[in-house]
Amino acid sequence: MLLSTRDLTKTFPGTRALDAVSFDLKAGEVHALLGENGAGKSTLIKCLTGAYRRDSGDILFEGQPIFPQSTLEAQAIGIGTVYQEVNLLPNLTVAENLTLGHQPRRLGMIRSRAMNAQADEMLSGYGIDIDVRRTLDQYSVAVQQIVAIARAVHLSGRVLILDEPTASLDAREVQMLFDVVRDLRARGLGIIFISHFLDQVFEISDRLTILRNGRHIATCPAAEVDRMQLITLMLGHELQQETATRARPVADGKDAIRFSGVGRRGRIAPFDLTVHKGEVIGMAGLLGSGRTESAEVLFGAAPSDSGTVEDSDGPVDLRNPRAAIAAGFAFAPEDRKTDGIIAELSVRENIILALQARRGWSRPIPQAEQIRMADDYIARLDIRTPDAEKPVGLLSGGNQQKVILARWLATNPRFLILDEPTRGIDVGAHAEILRLIEDVVAQGMSILVISSELDELVAVSHRVIVVRDRQHVSQLTGEDVTTDTIVRAIAAPDLTPEATT
Amino acid sequence: MSIRALPLYATIAIFLLAYLICYIQFPAMLSTRVIGNLLTDNAYLGIVAVGMTIVIISGGIDLSVGSVIAFSGVFIAVVLRDTGIHPLVVFAMLLAITTAFGAAMGGMIYLLAMPPFIVTLAGMFLARGASYMLSIDSVPIADPLYQLMQRAYYVMPGRGRLTLLGMIMIMAVVVGMIVLHRTRFGTNVYALGGGEATARLMGVAVGRTTVAVYAFSGFMAGLSGIVFSVYTSAGYPLATVGVELSAIAAVVIGGTLLTGGSGYMFGTLIGVLTMGLIQTYIVFDGSLSSWWTKIVIGGLLLMFILLQKGLLRLRIHQ
Amino acid sequence: MTTVLRRVAPQLLTLVAVIMLVSIYFPSFWQIVYVNERLVGIPIDVIKRGAPVALLAIGMTLVIATRGIDLSVGAVMAICGASAAWSIDQGFGLWAALGIALVAGLICGLWNGLLVAVFDIQPIVATLILMVAGRGIAQLITGGTILTFDNDAFSYLGSGTLLGVPVPAVIWVLTGIGFGLLVRRTALGLLVESIGVNLRASTLTGINSRVLLIAVYMGSGFCAALAGIIATADIRGADANNAGLWLELDAILAVVIGGNSLLGGRFSILASILGAMIIQTINTGILLAGFPSEFNLVIKAVLVIIILVLQSPRVLPQLAYLWRGRRDRSQRPKQSQTSQQNAGTETKT
Repeated sequence: MLLSTRDLTKTFPGTRALDAVSFDLKAGEVHALLGENGAGKSTLIKCLTGAYRRDSGDILFEGQPIFPQSTLEAQAIGIGTVYQEVNLLPNLTVAENLTLGHQPRRLGMIRSRAMNAQADEMLSGYGIDIDVRRTLDQYSVAVQQIVAIARAVHLSGRVLILDEPTASLDAREVQMLFDVVRDLRARGLGIIFISHFLDQVFEISDRLTILRNGRHIATCPAAEVDRMQLITLMLGHELQQETATRARPVADGKDAIRFSGVGRRGRIAPFDLTVHKGEVIGMAGLLGSGRTESAEVLFGAAPSDSGTVEDSDGPVDLRNPRAAIAAGFAFAPEDRKTDGIIAELSVRENIILALQARRGWSRPIPQAEQIRMADDYIARLDIRTPDAEKPVGLLSGGNQQKVILARWLATNPRFLILDEPTRGIDVGAHAEILRLIEDVVAQGMSILVISSELDELVAVSHRVIVVRDRQHVSQLTGEDVTTDTIVRAIAAPDLTPEATT
Repeated sequence: MSIRALPLYATIAIFLLAYLICYIQFPAMLSTRVIGNLLTDNAYLGIVAVGMTIVIISGGIDLSVGSVIAFSGVFIAVVLRDTGIHPLVVFAMLLAITTAFGAAMGGMIYLLAMPPFIVTLAGMFLARGASYMLSIDSVPIADPLYQLMQRAYYVMPGRGRLTLLGMIMIMAVVVGMIVLHRTRFGTNVYALGGGEATARLMGVAVGRTTVAVYAFSGFMAGLSGIVFSVYTSAGYPLATVGVELSAIAAVVIGGTLLTGGSGYMFGTLIGVLTMGLIQTYIVFDGSLSSWWTKIVIGGLLLMFILLQKGLLRLRIHQ
Repeated sequence: MTTVLRRVAPQLLTLVAVIMLVSIYFPSFWQIVYVNERLVGIPIDVIKRGAPVALLAIGMTLVIATRGIDLSVGAVMAICGASAAWSIDQGFGLWAALGIALVAGLICGLWNGLLVAVFDIQPIVATLILMVAGRGIAQLITGGTILTFDNDAFSYLGSGTLLGVPVPAVIWVLTGIGFGLLVRRTALGLLVESIGVNLRASTLTGINSRVLLIAVYMGSGFCAALAGIIATADIRGADANNAGLWLELDAILAVVIGGNSLLGGRFSILASILGAMIIQTINTGILLAGFPSEFNLVIKAVLVIIILVLQSPRVLPQLAYLWRGRRDRSQRPKQSQTSQQNAGTETKT
């Protein structure tokens, strides 16, 4: 074995990111690492490259235990990494990027010609013919990725970790990159490949390892699994949950919000959606399929560049989040830390913020009213905080999520969009959030839930929209809303022929 | 053609165009005499701008340089007045002090992880205060070496004088070009300005580079202080107030991105000369008032900042 | 009220300490007499001379709370002073002069705000432009001379007294109260803190961050205009070169001494004003001690360094860690049960 881990464990406050994960990589193979967000892929990579220090377990490189303390040390040992972005410096030339820290010198001065020759040499065999004297940002992302690979291979040379390298490449560029990867495999490198594009995983990988919730689920040759099995393993629905009985939505059409042909170029293809009063719409799809992009279009965070939106009163303005909020929309984003909470402000202030923004600066919510609202929501959603004045950044993830929900419930929206509302949340809070969804829907609110957890979607949704390759590919209703049908819709391109890219 | 070099070409084009306008109105401005004076009068600014260029490309800013120049002048004048130390030894002592001062600021910026702007603001107060502690009044310098240095010049064709001070500035620019464009340190400076986190991941010693960047700026400010003291034959604690602003303006007008990561040392030289040219034009004209210098420089600053912003958008769009 | 007191306690204590230090050397510090219908004494002098920095600090506090900075306030002071003097010179009268000066300040703030909020230029870069060009514009207005005027009503704003108190002090106190009420009696303060902490999340929450940013820079321009009016009225003339020279740095220093983070977020205008008074007391104290006034530069530098060390994101957690470590060690034997309970509430630090 070129590289292996034994019972690798890493804990963060509140979550066990890696739970006794064993993994191995042979020389001359491409080994795909699969799992949804929070499955533990990036934690595993960060432990391998020394960015994180593991709690327990071993990392063996060619049978020898290693203890990398930084990415530079891991690189010196022989483990190189190429990330989706931020690998190299766009403002330096290609040659400088390739040779940074190792430029050939004479009398302390860089020998440009030798440096450029060395860079050309390093790039030979990668099938790209570029002027290494130009700055990196003049080349496409694909070329930048290949340059990053060339640097990583040159400096480490044994193990190459590719973390979502294809996320922003088009089909032709992906092939260009894969040619390079196959070539490196033939040269005997061990390559760990992380991607959420299953087609690509099947195309390039020899073996697959699936992680879920920090645990190792399976490792098998790529030829021995099909898409269905793979998605089942990734999303995991061992618990066969029966479809909960729920009230039918009030589908009289009058209270509906109708989106027709909304979308945004390069992010999500135009789609239609009708939202009824008191309805929960689930949205399923793999990471990067266009789920979050759909939500951002619906909320005006990345406004639609086509189509119309109207309700019973006429057109609805969704130019920006402010307009959407004025129209009674609300959005709890996936990335709580950067898009959701205002960390330094108190729980109370975070709860009243959206309502205050809608009222305008000149009509402050009276202090007594704020305290009443905060206490009310803290009790109602069981937000665990010593008091309402604690900065929200100090709460746990689950409680932060509840604060954001409280913020939006306070505005009494008619349409609430929840992007991965239960990710990274402990089991107790998870159940409470699902119960809360049922509660508010019973009062007539409409909800769109985006989630990777199919059990959860099946449990709460009246219907489920499946997103794949940045398109809405199918809609499941009534009896069809089961984890099996969802997995099949995510997996099978032949269900909807027009969905192929 | 590289998009990144576009501001440099714009700088050169503006300078040539400005010179052409000057020449059409006042043919006398195209003479080695005017060029010689341009170099001499702006020598101290050019030298300090060389250090500022490296600081700005690294993504920082150094507000202390004006005060350091004043400190240098006072330090030299007081030491020469009160002791019998040879001026060259005094110069060496001074450069050691200002370099260490810069290094200390760089160390604080790195260790405290605080914005360079506020750390060098403290440095600005400190250096200015220190010069007052040495002397409140202007201290004249009457060392024979100073007279020698003031009279040292090379007569160019057309009877223009390329003075020693002008030559020191050109040498400083050349040294700056070599350091910035021809050494690993220089590449590390660009790397730091391009993205500190990425640079660290790629193995750049961020702390050491930050310290070296501000030490270099401190050295150049000290050298500029020596040149300024020769130029004025005195040390005055109230001198060169606001020179840091002029230096920053010259660097930006020279096509360097104020947020770091992109720029050329040669552009800074042109930036300094452009600013000098505006002043010379106003002197030649006689009827124009001096404040137009500030307004025009402000306008040029705005133009270059918007140009850089536009190019950034263009690059992202690509 | 107690929370406000707790917030400004460090500044109050520092101010008291500085005053006590000065009082030791000058027991006559507190001697205030009433002559010619005006109060005379060192504290009165402090609150009068501290007026420009106090005013600038009010606007600067809000700008810094949004994670910005306004380098142009000194130059804006010069522009507004020059506009006022020019208007008086043209015979427009007191009110027109005040109006023109304040509008000039608002326009300068609008300019900065547009560059920051619409063109998305870093605040330090955006406001540098006006810092450089502003004095040129001021000189353009004054024609390069110190534009003097003779208008008692206008100069009253700089050197007059109201019930014995210098008018500049009355102006900054009223402005401070006005801004304080404006941000704390409405939701503005909360919204400003919100965009300073997390601009993206605030925009997603429906806050009109672009307009708010512009308004904050306009507020800073307004305060600079008031400071410029006072400076001009005080010397009965507009000095485009020296009015407000380097006061932007004192204003930033006052805000920083006021314990406001340069990284935006929570702010206290009262604390910034106390910071301005601390600076002015030091200035006055040094002057009284017979040192050249420039010595306070060294003191300011030392102050900045101390505050930087205290505010540093790298040093603070270390201090907190040391402090917590000591407390843990001293309390561990009897507290093991409580710490388990703490772990149970899943609050992470």
